[in-house]
Amino acid sequence: MMIDWVHFTPGQSLLGGAMIGAAAALLWLGIGRIAGISGILSGALHRQRGDLGWRLAFLAGLLLAPWLARLALVPVHPRIDASWPMLAGAGLLVGFGTRMGGGCTSGHGVCGLARLSPRSLAAVVTFMAAGFATVYLLRHGTP
Amino acid sequence: MKAAIIALLAGLLFGCGLIVSGMADPAKVSAFLDLTGLWDPSLALVMAGAVGFAAPGFTLARRRDHTLLGQSFHPPGKRGIDIRLVAGSVLFGIGWGLAGICPGPALVLLSAGSAGGAVFCAAMLAGMGLFHGLTHLNQ
Repeated sequence: MMIDWVHFTPGQSLLGGAMIGAAAALLWLGIGRIAGISGILSGALHRQRGDLGWRLAFLAGLLLAPWLARLALVPVHPRIDASWPMLAGAGLLVGFGTRMGGGCTSGHGVCGLARLSPRSLAAVVTFMAAGFATVYLLRHGTP
Repeated sequence: MKAAIIALLAGLLFGCGLIVSGMADPAKVSAFLDLTGLWDPSLALVMAGAVGFAAPGFTLARRRDHTLLGQSFHPPGKRGIDIRLVAGSVLFGIGWGLAGICPGPALVLLSAGSAGGAVFCAAMLAGMGLFHGLTHLNQ
């Protein structure tokens, strides 16, 4: 393991993380809802949990973020290596898997761990391991 | 109305946090997941910061019966650690590893005009719909 000191951004990481955490705390303390994106999105799509209003409002805020960032001269310049077929496959797995597992990096990772949920800890350990293994195979696995 | 404003602000803050932290950049996420390569630990600090700032909010809430707006809390269901949780997390982790994108960043990328992000989002919605359809076959 070699640490990429050139690209490691501790300050921005902590600041961005703090913003994410504050948003989760705000949503919980304010309206008693978990800031789990996969849950909020699927709940809005499949209208199972009701209260479509707050879901749409949250998603609207999320979608507005890059626009606000651009205004503040912090443009989003994503670097996507995956091909479109791989993006489609990945998206399918993420969509299906987050619903099956009941959460993602925000729901289980941020909120679940902040609530000291053993379920979320199990989920986080599992999806992290799967993520590490997948990237290892992709980048370093034998052809 | 107040609930919608809080939700909107939370979503906006969340999205800005994703952008500032670099989590909306798939290459940065993949660099964290590349343990044996040139490893960028940034995501670990993002998580630490996020959990660190969220935890006090959840702890504070335990002492309350109602939210700041006087509404009830909606905690997640009380399922245990079952095969669905583990299998679902494995599938999610694989997808996350393949593209370096998870649901929150996917939406940010879509809104930022990323074509790849749009492809991922469409597939993600399809995947969600597929799971929903499969688990509601009897209805």
